[in-house]
Amino acid sequence: MPILSLITFLPIIGVILILSIDSKKQELIRVTSLLVSIVVFFISLPLYFNFDARAYEMQFVEKLPWIPSFGINYYVGIDGVSLFLILLTTFITPLSILASWHITKSIKEYMISMLVLETGMIGVFVSLDLFLFYVFWELMLIPMYLLIGIWGGPRRIYAAVKFFLYTMAGSVFMLLAIIALYFLNYRATGEYTFNLLEFYRLNISFAVQFWLFLAFALAFAIKVPMFPFHTWLPDAHVEAPTAGSVILAGVLLKMGTYGFVRFCLPLFPEASHVFIPVISWMAIVGIIYGALVSMAQDDLKKLVAYSSVSHLGFVMLGIFAFNIQGIEGGITQMINHGLSTGALFLIVGMLYERRHTRMIADFGGLTKQIPVFATFFMIVTLSSIGLPGLNGFVGEFLILVGTFKTRILYASLATSGIILAAVYMLWMFQRVMFHEITHEENKTLKDMNKREWAILLPIVVMIFWIGIYPNSFLRKMDASVNHLLKQVGDKANIVSNAQIHNKSEQLQENATPKIDIVPESKTEW
Amino acid sequence: MTNASVMTFNILSILPILVLSGFGMIVLVTDLVSSRKLGDKNYLAYISLLGIIIAAILSRNSVGTTLFSFSESFAIDNYSLFFNFIFLLSTGLTILISHSYIKREEINHGEYYALLLFSTIGMMLMASGADLLNIYIGLEVMSISIYILTGFKRSKLISNEAALKYFLLGAFATGFLLYGIAIIYGTTGSINLKQIACFIEGKGGALDPLLLMGMGLIIIGLGFKVASVPFHAWVPDVYEGAPTSITAFMSVGPKAAAFAAFLRIFMTAFGSTHYEWQKIIFVLAVLTMTLGNVVAIAQTNIKRMLAYSSIAHAGYLLIALVAANNMGVSGTLFYILAYIFMNIGAFAIVIVLSQKGDEFIQINDYAGLGYKRPLLAIAMTLFMLSMAGVPPMAGFVGKFYIFSAAIKSGYVGLAVIGVINSVISVYYYLRITVIMYMKEPTREFTPLTISPLIVAAIVISVIGTLQLGIFPSKFMEIAQHSILSLK
Repeated sequence: MPILSLITFLPIIGVILILSIDSKKQELIRVTSLLVSIVVFFISLPLYFNFDARAYEMQFVEKLPWIPSFGINYYVGIDGVSLFLILLTTFITPLSILASWHITKSIKEYMISMLVLETGMIGVFVSLDLFLFYVFWELMLIPMYLLIGIWGGPRRIYAAVKFFLYTMAGSVFMLLAIIALYFLNYRATGEYTFNLLEFYRLNISFAVQFWLFLAFALAFAIKVPMFPFHTWLPDAHVEAPTAGSVILAGVLLKMGTYGFVRFCLPLFPEASHVFIPVISWMAIVGIIYGALVSMAQDDLKKLVAYSSVSHLGFVMLGIFAFNIQGIEGGITQMINHGLSTGALFLIVGMLYERRHTRMIADFGGLTKQIPVFATFFMIVTLSSIGLPGLNGFVGEFLILVGTFKTRILYASLATSGIILAAVYMLWMFQRVMFHEITHEENKTLKDMNKREWAILLPIVVMIFWIGIYPNSFLRKMDASVNHLLKQVGDKANIVSNAQIHNKSEQLQENATPKIDIVPESKTEW
Repeated sequence: MTNASVMTFNILSILPILVLSGFGMIVLVTDLVSSRKLGDKNYLAYISLLGIIIAAILSRNSVGTTLFSFSESFAIDNYSLFFNFIFLLSTGLTILISHSYIKREEINHGEYYALLLFSTIGMMLMASGADLLNIYIGLEVMSISIYILTGFKRSKLISNEAALKYFLLGAFATGFLLYGIAIIYGTTGSINLKQIACFIEGKGGALDPLLLMGMGLIIIGLGFKVASVPFHAWVPDVYEGAPTSITAFMSVGPKAAAFAAFLRIFMTAFGSTHYEWQKIIFVLAVLTMTLGNVVAIAQTNIKRMLAYSSIAHAGYLLIALVAANNMGVSGTLFYILAYIFMNIGAFAIVIVLSQKGDEFIQINDYAGLGYKRPLLAIAMTLFMLSMAGVPPMAGFVGKFYIFSAAIKSGYVGLAVIGVINSVISVYYYLRITVIMYMKEPTREFTPLTISPLIVAAIVISVIGTLQLGIFPSKFMEIAQHSILSLK
């Protein structure tokens, strides 16, 4: 069964369904889109269960000619890196739709945008043909742009246009780099193709790698966003509707980090090595800067938005540690950030629905009034800080282990980010939830309703699951990440890393035997 | 040149042109003899459409043949046939969007359709011209018809002004072209493109400075028609003043014809000296894209904005010419096809939304359209995103094609300038969607009376824009086959 195509295009079928519904039947539209996204989620589950953790090769592969005259194929498949990002996408989308229940303005167009967005996001993660990838990459811009621009806050137009222009500006250079790769590959092999796996085998001279790396990295760095390309993010997050923020933080930002792992590292290994200091310092500045700016915010949503800059800095640092802990930590942290920050945006949205304000000063003492909500909020806050036993810890720990092994200075600086995170998150929680109730309006707040339970409970379950038993996720990545490292050419590192990795696994009370890496016959570097 | 081919006088090769001329005459005569009033001339539109369809079928029948007739001055090959389809398509769509517009503007004269057909004949002559004079004659036939059509709103000062400007500057530019042809004839002793190519190749590397001058003058003449900077000054005023349906026509048909001639002359006759003219076209391409896009940002009138956008698109097409490889030439063909759909589609919507006397053509008049006219707004969004080069629309594939050609020839810098320009263009195309969806309506939306013909034009354009964007394969192959006869 072409399961990847099914989950990619099922949302589009949902769009056609919704188009046929009269726009006055709002409830029916909501339910239909929710059902579609839930079905997509359930169809995507077999990806996890049937995924062969021992293989590094692409799995669930589908390949059809699309534009033969250019050698463009509809070519999709996943490995241990993309698997979880796809699951994250199919997991977050129904929750976001559920969180949009209160929206009444042009609900039909809204739900259509959400579903098109889901197609675009999944498409980005499954594409193995660079042309196809680029099409999905740009495709998901349009619905997100509409979500921010139509259903957003007061400065929504500014934010939406900025979001679109920034992303577009970065990605057009990537398009040129893709075309350049296409001709490089033709010169080397005599075959016109956009097949990523073919490109992996290319031997590119360093000078060319340097420029191509820059072109790809710009697109991804804007998307992540890395300091100093982050300025679109606070605007987009603050103005977007709750579901928009959740998807933006949960999935869209991951496309940047995913892009580094999938494209920059294996395609341009030498250039990537050269750029380690640059990227790492940008990441570190992002970690500390994001944390400091978060601390100064008096708007909850802005605080969470800037904390994303900090968290994504960790992910980038991990990826550019070039060892298995760093990269696996980075991937895990992508998922964690999607869950925790997604949940934080949902929580801020719930508060906003109740009080129509997001100012920290307008709250205070909510614990007494809404204890269940407070509990959920607490768990999510702690997960975002990285409390052991919750998901955030696993990712950050692995990233720091990976970084320590290569560059102690980077790791020490980054650690300060964790401390700062504890400061701004806990301080925020304290100001919002503890103390006395100072505003009369807060005395009549209602606790969580069933819909909100349904939104937050799955996320909290995942937070605990990853925190307590991370190996159910990590072991699916091992083969792919090891293969990636091999491609990048850090063979010497792998051996020693594997040992330490085993130790770190034992720390997590896991004794799964280490999977043998299938030796690859073709290694160019 | 063999004796046999001198004698060739193949009437069949110009059958589509003859048919169109015939239908043009029929339109003129029926208009004259029929006693019906001004408002009721629908049948003329149908007659013209019939002529176009017949011409298209006749062209279709010739696909695959390569034939030079009339002393090798007239070429029937896949290249000219591809352009025939492009011209017929753009004229056909123009007739569809004109029908209700010229009625509303009370310029419903029979000559309107006849002139459209005549100018199509000129374009077909240009694309088929295998010698410089034929191309020149085609250009004149095309241009003179359009000069008249531009001033078709006789009672409107702005329309008269536009026509006069276009005519004076156009006549001047054609003068340059003719002068260039004369110089080339003087140096090479021939006006036949292939013989010019033979002459230049026979000379080896040394180029006559006079020949270069001739080339330069031809670039000026054709550059005027494709609206490339610095020969673009007429475009905004003429586009704004002309009847909107004619603006739509001008921005696709004549531009396509000029590019057809451009490619044929420079690839066939001057192909071996490409390193000489590439430099000039390079500069023109950069100037054209950049000026078009930057100035378009500042426009408040949608017709003027589309005018500058059409300048910018000419710039992208010039990139393909600079690349001077097969990919670039077939990319030009593909891009022009894509551009017809998205541009005529956009103008169709401008026509539907405007009122008598060209009211409501300010960009701000589109505020709130997304809620009041959701389907029109979606179509307009598609066209705008396509022009901005966002996948999965036709414009994206076209740009991809052209930038690929540039990179293939090693013009990475030009491709970089090209993509920077497309980011700039995103800003003003996006602004239309911002205004349609994210601003509150500022005016009353009167109920629309949309004629089925214009709906058909919009539907065809939407389908074309999506088809070329999502399943472009077939059209790419046709474009690639069409250019084989050029060299």
